[in-house]
Amino acid sequence: MSASRVLFDEPGPIARRRMRIATVVVGVAVAALLAVAVKRFADHGQLDADKWRPYTTWPMWRYLLEGLWATIRAAAVATALSVVGGIVLALGRLSRQRALRWSATVYIEVMRTVPVLLLVYLVLFGLPHYGVDLPLFWKLVLPLSVSASAVFAEIFRAGILSLDRGQREAGLAVGLTDGQTMRLIVLPQAVRRLLPSLVSQSVGLLKDTSLGFIVSYSELLYSGRVLATYNRLLIQTYIIIALVYIVLNASLSKLARTLEARQGFRSVGRRRLRTLVRAKAAADQPL
Amino acid sequence: MDVVLRHLSAFTDGIVTTLELTALSFLGALLIGVVVAAMRVSPVTALRGVGTVYVETFQNTPLLVLLVLFVFGLPEVGVIFPLFTTAVIVIALYEAAYIAEAVRSGINTVSIGQAEAARALGLTFGQSLRLVILPQALRGVVQPIGNIFIALTMNTSLAAAVGVVELTSAANRVNLMEAQPIPVFVGAGIGYMLICATAGIVTGMIERKVAIVR
Repeated sequence: MSASRVLFDEPGPIARRRMRIATVVVGVAVAALLAVAVKRFADHGQLDADKWRPYTTWPMWRYLLEGLWATIRAAAVATALSVVGGIVLALGRLSRQRALRWSATVYIEVMRTVPVLLLVYLVLFGLPHYGVDLPLFWKLVLPLSVSASAVFAEIFRAGILSLDRGQREAGLAVGLTDGQTMRLIVLPQAVRRLLPSLVSQSVGLLKDTSLGFIVSYSELLYSGRVLATYNRLLIQTYIIIALVYIVLNASLSKLARTLEARQGFRSVGRRRLRTLVRAKAAADQPL
Repeated sequence: MDVVLRHLSAFTDGIVTTLELTALSFLGALLIGVVVAAMRVSPVTALRGVGTVYVETFQNTPLLVLLVLFVFGLPEVGVIFPLFTTAVIVIALYEAAYIAEAVRSGINTVSIGQAEAARALGLTFGQSLRLVILPQALRGVVQPIGNIFIALTMNTSLAAAVGVVELTSAANRVNLMEAQPIPVFVGAGIGYMLICATAGIVTGMIERKVAIVR
C-alpha cells in the first residue's frame, strides 16, 4: 500500500497552484544551496580546471579502478564467508542441543553489539602480539566476516522460521532425517526467499570494506587517500570516491529491490518474513 | 583486567565521549529523519525527489568516506568546524537516512482508514500528517529506531579513524602503551555491550508504554 497517495486528495485547481508554488520554492532552495556550494568551491580555487583535470586522465582512473577491484574482491570474499558462517550460526541457534544453541546465541548477540572497528584493531594490533600476522587482505576480511556472520545468521534464522511448518513436517513424514530435511527442503527455499535481503546486506559489507583505510589495504578509499596525499587534491578525490561508491551500491540496492519485486509477496509466510527481515535490516544497518 | 583498571580514567573519558557523540548525533538524526520521511510522502513531487536523493546518497556511501570527506575535504573550501562537531554532523546526516526509511515504513503501516478519516474531517496534508499519521507511525517504529540507535552507537567508533578520542580510540591508545590487546579490547567491547544492552532495555520500556494495541 502506498499511504503517501491516501494522505492527500486528488488536487483541485487551488491545490495544484499551491503545489506548483511549492515546487518552485523547492527548486529555488536547491539551486541556492548549490550556488552557495559552487561559490565556496570557486572562492577557494577548488573549481579550477587543473584541479579536476587529473581525473579525466586514464592513469588516475586506472589506479582508482584497481582500488575498486580490491574493494569488490574483499566484499565478495567477506560475503561468501559470512553466508557460510551465518548458515552455521543460524542452524546452531535453532539446534535442539542446548550447548550449541547457547554458544551460537552468545556469539550472535556479542558480535551484534561490538563495533567492527574494534575487531579490526584487535586483528591489527592484537594478533601480531601473539605471533599471528595475517596478510593485509585478511586483516580486513577476517574481522568483517566475523562480525557480519552474526548479521547473516539472524537473516537466515528469520528465513528458516518464516517457512511454513508443513514443509519440515512433510520432509520428516517421508522419512528424511532432520539434517536431510534442513539441507534438501528447508534451506533451499529459505535461501531463495532471502536472496533480496542477502544482496542488500552485501551492500553493507561493501561499505564496510572502506575500513581498509585503517588497515592500509589498498581498496578504493585507501587508494583515494594515497592519491590525495600525492596530488594534494583532497576534496576532489574524496568526492569522486563517494560518487563511485554511490553508483556501485545504488545499483546493488536496485538489484535487491528488483529481486524482491519479482518474488511477489503473496503468501502470508512471505509477508511475515518481510516484516521480520525489515526489522533485522534496520537493526543491522551497515556502516 | 588489571590494565583496564590502571587506565580507568582513559576508558571512562572514552565512554563519555562515545555517549556524547551518540546522544547528540541521534537527536540530530531523529529530527532530520522525520523531516525527510515527511518529504518523501508529501504531495509535492520536487520534495519527494529531494527526499529520495537524500536517502539514496547517504545510504549508499560508507560512513567512513563521509567522515573523511567532511573532516579532511571540507577545510579545503573553508568549511571548518571543530572535529567533534564535524563527527556529530556527519553521523547525524548519515543515520538520518536510516531513520527516514524506518519512519516511512511506519507511515505505510498506519491503516488507510486513519488517513481517510483525517481527510474527511477536512485536515490538510500537513495537519493530517502531524496530528494523525506521524504520532501513530512513530509509536509503531520504536523497535526499529531503537535498533538504529544501537547501530549508531557502534558507528560512532568510526570517529576514531578521523581522530576523535572515543572509546575505541582510547582502547587503542592504552593498548599501544601497554601492549596487552586482549584485556584492553575486551574491556572496550564490554563498554559497548553495556551501552547497547541499556539501549535495548530502554527501547523495550518505551515500546510497552506507547504501543498501540489493535
